[in-house]
Amino acid sequence: MFTHDVVLAAALTLSSAQTLAAESPGIGRVPTQEEIAAWDISIGPDGAGLPTGSGTPKQGETVFAEKCVACHGEKGVGKPNDALVGGRGTLAGDQTPVKTVGSYWPYATTIFDYVRRAMPLNESKSLTNDEVYAVVAYILRQNGVVGEDEVIDARSLPKVRMPNRNGFVTFAPGK
Amino acid sequence: MRRKQTPPPSSDYVAGNGLVDRRLFLTGTAAGVAFSAPTAAGELAIEPWMTTPGAPFVPYGQPSRFEDKVVRVGAAPPNAPGTGATRTPLHLLDGAITPNGLHFERSHSGVPDIDPAVHRLLIHGLVKRPLVFTLAALSRYPMESRITFIECGGNSAALNQKDPAPLNAQALHGLLSSAEWTGVKLSTLLDEAGVEPNASWLLAEGGDAASMSRSFPLEKALDDALIALYQNGERLRPSNGYPVRLLLPGYEGNMQVKWLRRIKVTDGPVMTKDETSKYTLLTPDGKALQFVFPMETKSVITQPSPGLTLKERGFYEISGLAWSGYGKIAQVEVSVDGAKSWALAALQEPVLPKALTRFRIPWRWDGGPAVLQSRATDESGNIQPTRAALLAKRGPKALYHFNAIASWGVAQSGEVTHVYA
Repeated sequence: MFTHDVVLAAALTLSSAQTLAAESPGIGRVPTQEEIAAWDISIGPDGAGLPTGSGTPKQGETVFAEKCVACHGEKGVGKPNDALVGGRGTLAGDQTPVKTVGSYWPYATTIFDYVRRAMPLNESKSLTNDEVYAVVAYILRQNGVVGEDEVIDARSLPKVRMPNRNGFVTFAPGK
Repeated sequence: MRRKQTPPPSSDYVAGNGLVDRRLFLTGTAAGVAFSAPTAAGELAIEPWMTTPGAPFVPYGQPSRFEDKVVRVGAAPPNAPGTGATRTPLHLLDGAITPNGLHFERSHSGVPDIDPAVHRLLIHGLVKRPLVFTLAALSRYPMESRITFIECGGNSAALNQKDPAPLNAQALHGLLSSAEWTGVKLSTLLDEAGVEPNASWLLAEGGDAASMSRSFPLEKALDDALIALYQNGERLRPSNGYPVRLLLPGYEGNMQVKWLRRIKVTDGPVMTKDETSKYTLLTPDGKALQFVFPMETKSVITQPSPGLTLKERGFYEISGLAWSGYGKIAQVEVSVDGAKSWALAALQEPVLPKALTRFRIPWRWDGGPAVLQSRATDESGNIQPTRAALLAKRGPKALYHFNAIASWGVAQSGEVTHVYA
């Protein structure tokens, strides 16, 4: 009888799991703000999270020649891997679209976010923040988005208006 | 033409070109199933493995050596050996669960060799209490299992091409797999962290060399998102996110962030590389659809399919997989006459939401040409479109989320090829 009651109680517990959802071990540790800051590398489209540092297209040209050209080609025109430059005006109509940073990417902040976390492919996260800003400046310059002497930093980068900024429509089911 | 022009011998036929009623098949009474020729001499001999002891036990089992062709295949771009994808051999499997070693792989910078003792999951951002979890801590939380498919947003993209690519089901549709995933509900961890009222999105980030990251809505996080630790009963395979991945049932594969290291609660999407420059659907007017999350209603016939040549006329089971990121599959129709007529296939139970559903229907091949197609409908009434309808709606440059009806042509020789119909 006792055993039966225990089994029944266990069954009831399972069936009322909804009401017990708040029951959890509560064993996550609260990290320090420094720990979070060291991990948080994502950059919002408003520039939130951009670090100190800066770079110019000219400085970026040096970084690009050293770290990027082998995959992305002279001046970022692509081959053997993705093209970063060109393709403006190829998205609409019957032509083959050439989707590059200049022709397709809606936010300049994404370039910083992505290059810092994932590039160069064979040694990601090896660039200094200044180098990332510089290579971002260089890619933007090659696409004619910023001027030759533009200084790219946490203040100026979110203000860069990408050519395809209005090229995206949020999906709704059925479209 | 060897094709018989005589009408079907019985009322068993439910659609043109030889489709047989699925119910007759299920009860095993399908008429006209031919028996094989009498056994050849020696076929029932005592074989060597019946007279000597077999192999000893092994710690971790492997498939039979005779199954060595049942493997993933794939390709990586130049300069990036760990970047790219391998595909599941759909045409060589049955059932609705993918063996762990054959689950498709998609990596953006190789498969990291993560030490679970060192790995941490951080939840922070718009929460009252940011939290860090060890794997040992996560393993103490209440767990749930969900059987769901994962399909890459780029699966079947070759069908956007003008001419049918001469490829098989694996190469065309193999960025699709399924497993029973077990882990902690994300909502449990978010409850503990305390989500702020102004939160609406989350960012998930992987611990691979690319730190792959995607944004997803809070609504999904609180609905059925899982912090998955187990895949078909064992710890996740490295190429599927060991030791912990995000599972967003029904959503495109890229969002099921592997090697999950960080979740940031935010008030909007971060606009990462993979939700802007990739996984957006370019339409003919030059605009791109963004945040296309659920994989839409779809099906594909896996047997017969290219590479599985029909050797003689007679009975075959047509079988395939159907799925919808919106819920359960309601029905699958099959045609073998190029969409002139359709018949309902049997659905293998259990039919689960956002999971692969195996469908089957018996077919008597009369030796003539045939075009095999399947068309899925989900419980919300979403119907898998024809290729022409999908291309008319989204154009040929959308690339991702191609869910149109696929067609296999059967020649009189029995050869099966990818065709447009």
